[in-house]
Amino acid sequence: MLAYLIRRLLYALPILIGVNVITFALFFVVNTPDDMARMQLGVKRVTPEAIEKWKAERGYDKPLFWNASAQGAKKLSDTIFFAKSVRMFALDFGRADDGRDIAREIGLRMGPSLAVAVPVFVLGLFAAISFALLLVYFRATYLDFAGVVLCVAMMSISGLFYIIGGQWLVSKVWHLVPISGYAEGLSAAKFVILPVIVSVLAGIGSSARWYRTIFLEEYTRDYVRTARAKGLAERFVLFRHVLRNALIPILTGAVVVIPTLFMGSLLIEAFFGIPGLGSYTIDAINAQDFAVVRAMVFIGSALYIVGLLLTDISYTLADPRIRLQ
Amino acid sequence: MKPVLLWSDALFFLLIAAAVGGALWASRIPQLRQSWRKVGESRTGMAAAVLLLAFLGVAVLDSLHYRERLPGEGENYAVEVRSALDALLAGLRTRTERTYSAPLATHSFAKESLDGEAGRDFPRLVHGGAHLGPDPAGRLTDLTARMIQGMGIGVLAWLALWLVAAPLRRAIPGLAWHAAFATLLLLCLSVGIVATLAQGYHVLGTDKVGQDVLYLTLKSIRTGLLIGTLTTLIMLPAAVALGLLAGYAGGWIDDVIQYLYTTLNSIPGVLLIAAAVLMMQVAIDTHPEWFATAAERADARLLALCAILGITSWTGLCRLLRGETLKLRELEYVQAARSLGVSHARILARHILPNVMHIVMIAIVMDFSGLVLAEAVLSYVGIGVDPNTISFGTMINTARMELAREPMVWWSLAAAFIFMFALVLAANLFADVVRDAFDPRAAR
Repeated sequence: MLAYLIRRLLYALPILIGVNVITFALFFVVNTPDDMARMQLGVKRVTPEAIEKWKAERGYDKPLFWNASAQGAKKLSDTIFFAKSVRMFALDFGRADDGRDIAREIGLRMGPSLAVAVPVFVLGLFAAISFALLLVYFRATYLDFAGVVLCVAMMSISGLFYIIGGQWLVSKVWHLVPISGYAEGLSAAKFVILPVIVSVLAGIGSSARWYRTIFLEEYTRDYVRTARAKGLAERFVLFRHVLRNALIPILTGAVVVIPTLFMGSLLIEAFFGIPGLGSYTIDAINAQDFAVVRAMVFIGSALYIVGLLLTDISYTLADPRIRLQ
Repeated sequence: MKPVLLWSDALFFLLIAAAVGGALWASRIPQLRQSWRKVGESRTGMAAAVLLLAFLGVAVLDSLHYRERLPGEGENYAVEVRSALDALLAGLRTRTERTYSAPLATHSFAKESLDGEAGRDFPRLVHGGAHLGPDPAGRLTDLTARMIQGMGIGVLAWLALWLVAAPLRRAIPGLAWHAAFATLLLLCLSVGIVATLAQGYHVLGTDKVGQDVLYLTLKSIRTGLLIGTLTTLIMLPAAVALGLLAGYAGGWIDDVIQYLYTTLNSIPGVLLIAAAVLMMQVAIDTHPEWFATAAERADARLLALCAILGITSWTGLCRLLRGETLKLRELEYVQAARSLGVSHARILARHILPNVMHIVMIAIVMDFSGLVLAEAVLSYVGIGVDPNTISFGTMINTARMELAREPMVWWSLAAAFIFMFALVLAANLFADVVRDAFDPRAAR
């Protein structure tokens, strides 16, 4: 098991390097630092000196990959690629365009992101599985059919509708919670509750339908027939046998997103004014702050790889037949 | 008049041609023909297909672009690029008001101070209900009369279509024609009513700058459909080729391809799209000389968005195809072909590709609705289509603050959401039917 984990972690390394190369290519090769400087400075103030100054301030005045004028190991390390990309492996993200330290910002903004993302994940999973179990319990009846129709209708509605509609109904018409904003500590609850409900509602259609398919597939298995034949009540068949055996496909979808919960949700955070990582990314995108976007891409991929690893481990916990070697 | 072929138009028509060609090819392969027949026998499938075809028709009309000839001497053409749909809806496009007006209203939504009168009142709309004269008392009678007239036109149009399609129904019996024509009747009725009402009113109201919302929603359809289909067109060749290759060749080729898609997959999709769109924007902004007209620039941005979405979404299909090819490679008929000395390329083309087509087919239809929804979200966040391109996302984006007004303006948002809902629901239902028909596990 340990050997397996170590090997998987080593596999992750080339993937992270690949991610780094892709983002590097996107940010520096497709558009040279000169283009970025021109974009940032605006049309009016573009002079060669201003561009040089902008690049020097942000450390973009080096060669891309190979610094021929430097000495020894500096030939490799005194380049944009090394300074901007390789140092991310040491979690050194540098500074945003407004001069703030990105790593510190990320630490500050993780809390609000998690305050929304964790309840969404837990409640969403619980709600979708419960709804799917309900549909499966009443399978092949009109109730099941109506439930599936509801699911398809719900997943055909744009996520924007849930957000705008929820804000309008709950905050503007009913005056139950503030429309947007955030507060520290326990008072965060009144800001968090609406985004959580909205996200769960927006996601339940597709996930409940998917879980229903998984459960129904388990229902065709022989062990279910055996369980019924020996006289087990339907609820025991459902919870003890079907639910437990359906855990593997459910785990595949669910565990992989756990680490990425840190990243928050771009849309929800932007709409509800929650100062998390998602809104940080959106602000960076709108302000064209490349350093922040690059850091978020790197963290996101690293977390995704951790998620894949966690998925594998959770398999062994859910199904003793699976051994990692 | 000078026809203009934008890149996206060309690709869209290429896609339609490919779809028609693919349909002809599929009709020669018995198992695919049988699966499509199953789609046709499903009532939901036929109803959804009719609705999708209607949307497609609007998109095709909106893809026939041209530039109008300016009056006067010489070969001078207008800067604006218009489409056949614009020409068809010229009335809607040109009859603009000053600002917001509610659906079917005769008076403006906001009070203004009128000339020569004390106090403020709702000014009369320039075009909405203009035929009623200064006193719009007969609005309700007029609306009812127009609705009845519209229904009559709708029924007549439906009857005509029904008669025209009669040979088709006789040629392919057993399909769910009833469901198709019931949907068509509903469609004809609503189009008839809306079209008659639109002659004299703003059926869905007007937006902040007085543009007709119905016109905007109809124009949005093309953007949504284009994103949903062109993305697939762009990603499909790569996904199919790499997936088959990885599964069939194995060894280091498999490793490289797997590495490629795991890496792309591990970058959070939204961030990759955001980064790529950001970079593309810089490229487009720093090279204004690449594009002759604003339409071309918006079009390039739309295509680039499709390409970026394609890059982020081909990995799933590629992995599925690799897995299926791995399985097929070991089957007896492939082994037999190999021992008979059939070349690898021929095995892939003749024996493996037709047997993974159902996965491709399912992936295309399943991805479509997700992409249409994604466009709205991305445009809303500011990393979608060009802000001047009319799309559901940009419509929602401009209308975002309207619910907070007092009294609120709901019609732009409602129109965008309802049209998007209809499109995505039809696509989802159709995708379900296609999956049921093509998935061998679901069969029988």
